[in-house]
Amino acid sequence: MIIDLHKFLTTERPHWIELEQILAKLESEPNWRMDLAQLKHFHYLYERTSADLGKIVTFASEPETRHYLESLVARAYGEIHESRDKAARWQPFQWFFQVFPQTFRRHIRAFWLSLAITLAGCLFGGLALALDPDSKPVLMPFSHLLGDPSERVKREEQSTHDHLAGERGGFSAFLMTHNTQVSIFLLALGATWGAGTILLLFYNGVILGAVSVDYILAGQTKFLAGWLLPHGAFEIPAILIAGQGGLILGGALIGWGRSTSLTNRLRAVAPDLVTLMFGVAIMLIWAGLVESFLSQYHEPILPYSFKIVFGLIELALLSMLLGKSGRSTQRLTSKAISLQ
Amino acid sequence: MNPAASSRVSTLIIQTPEGISFSLPLACPVTRCLAWAVDLSCIIGLTTLAGSLLHLTSLINLDLSRALTTLAYFALQIGYGMTCEWLWRGQTVGKRLLGLRVMDAQGLRLQFNQVALRNLLRFVDSLPIFYLVGGLVSLLNSRAQRLGDLVANTIVVRHIRLPEPDIDQLMAGKYNSLRDYPHLEARLRQRVTPAEASLALQALVRRDQLDLQARLTLFDELATHFRSIVTFPPEACEGIAAEQYIRNVVDVLFRSQNAGNRVLS
Repeated sequence: MIIDLHKFLTTERPHWIELEQILAKLESEPNWRMDLAQLKHFHYLYERTSADLGKIVTFASEPETRHYLESLVARAYGEIHESRDKAARWQPFQWFFQVFPQTFRRHIRAFWLSLAITLAGCLFGGLALALDPDSKPVLMPFSHLLGDPSERVKREEQSTHDHLAGERGGFSAFLMTHNTQVSIFLLALGATWGAGTILLLFYNGVILGAVSVDYILAGQTKFLAGWLLPHGAFEIPAILIAGQGGLILGGALIGWGRSTSLTNRLRAVAPDLVTLMFGVAIMLIWAGLVESFLSQYHEPILPYSFKIVFGLIELALLSMLLGKSGRSTQRLTSKAISLQ
Repeated sequence: MNPAASSRVSTLIIQTPEGISFSLPLACPVTRCLAWAVDLSCIIGLTTLAGSLLHLTSLINLDLSRALTTLAYFALQIGYGMTCEWLWRGQTVGKRLLGLRVMDAQGLRLQFNQVALRNLLRFVDSLPIFYLVGGLVSLLNSRAQRLGDLVANTIVVRHIRLPEPDIDQLMAGKYNSLRDYPHLEARLRQRVTPAEASLALQALVRRDQLDLQARLTLFDELATHFRSIVTFPPEACEGIAAEQYIRNVVDVLFRSQNAGNRVLS
């Protein structure tokens, strides 16, 4: 059977044009919302065009019209069958104080794993340096950390000029961008089934452990705390959260004990990964500012006690944010889900 | 919905719950590489422009100027792809120029988290140099996805906005002598398969793309074939070129008697 193509086109073309116009409007105005009648009509046009495509494939094998209808149905399909929530207007405060902490807590086990790997690295780096001080250049391949900690402290405390004068802003921006790049890399390495993330977390831990032990053995614990705590209170947790993201991604790729398909597992974690990464970026902006404008100044300019207390307050606030913030709305959502 | 991709093919076939299948033409790695080169040029151009503009702030404060320049470079490198693909529904400047579009692998609407994730994963895809990891993965993947696409569940398709088909221009105009023999016309409709009908229609659609000699040969062969299916009296075919004969055949096959009379009258 061959359909009467001319009659078919004449009858159906107005519906296709109408569907195309709606799709063009949806594509050019993402915030446009249809009312119920418009939605019903849109659905009707989609179904009618789909049926036309079915007819033309079965009875006419006319490629030009078929390709045109395929492109139309493909575009409409994405709009009609999308069941994921259309993002409401983004509210930055609500996002940072509710969505981000809730997401963090939802994957808390990955965070503990990230912390454990880093601590294992710290232990390894600290022990290696304590047992073999000659390994310092290997454990900390950064020229500014290779010297004697006591000499550095002496130099810093006796310094009369501001070595970051006129460079604080640039240094701060460098720290923010560099650390954010490292964090993105840490999360993205989750695509190696988590192996890359684990290695990088461990390596970060080795450096951190080696530096800490180096200063502690030199009797400069107070300086170390005053130097690292103000920015480290945000920077280190940010790196750990990026690692958490990498491990979540690795876990979704491996899919241990989960019966869902790889596509569904990745689809489930994708929004959480993006939330964690943006949260990390915000934390690193703060850490960059603090490191440049506060951490690099020592006694007698800034008392160590002030810096340590400042760092501890930051750590407490961050713990409250990640541990408590958004719990009430989370409980309400859980209740609503259980009622359904 | 049942997305399926045959191995190493250039289309992704999606079956809708309504039982309709449609295909999405996948972009090949070479085209994507070219689009990336265009995007890279855009990023370089934008960073140069931003650098020049922000240099003006050095008149106020050199440190502030350096900080803003560093942040602007970073924001452009990370944010260019995300912003363009989100605002232009899966397209960047390079993708627009080369007719590509990022889509959800199930044919659904692209979400912001997918756009963000596929762009964040560029850090791994671009390792060690020139997207070697991403390129190799996309060559090995049946849907030409790089790591970022795999994780974000996206594909890159060739975005062809097809014009409405215009059958009228093929058939309108001349008197159709075959219409004078309705019983033979009906027999022709009955005996010709959809594939044969499609072949004749496509020959007419593409006739201008053929060399003169190839065109004459093709329509001669087609006319001979269709004459062998149903033989019309000599007076219906006399003085008609092979191409016009095929035009008449297509008119008979694709248009009803009434429609044909209306147009031809």
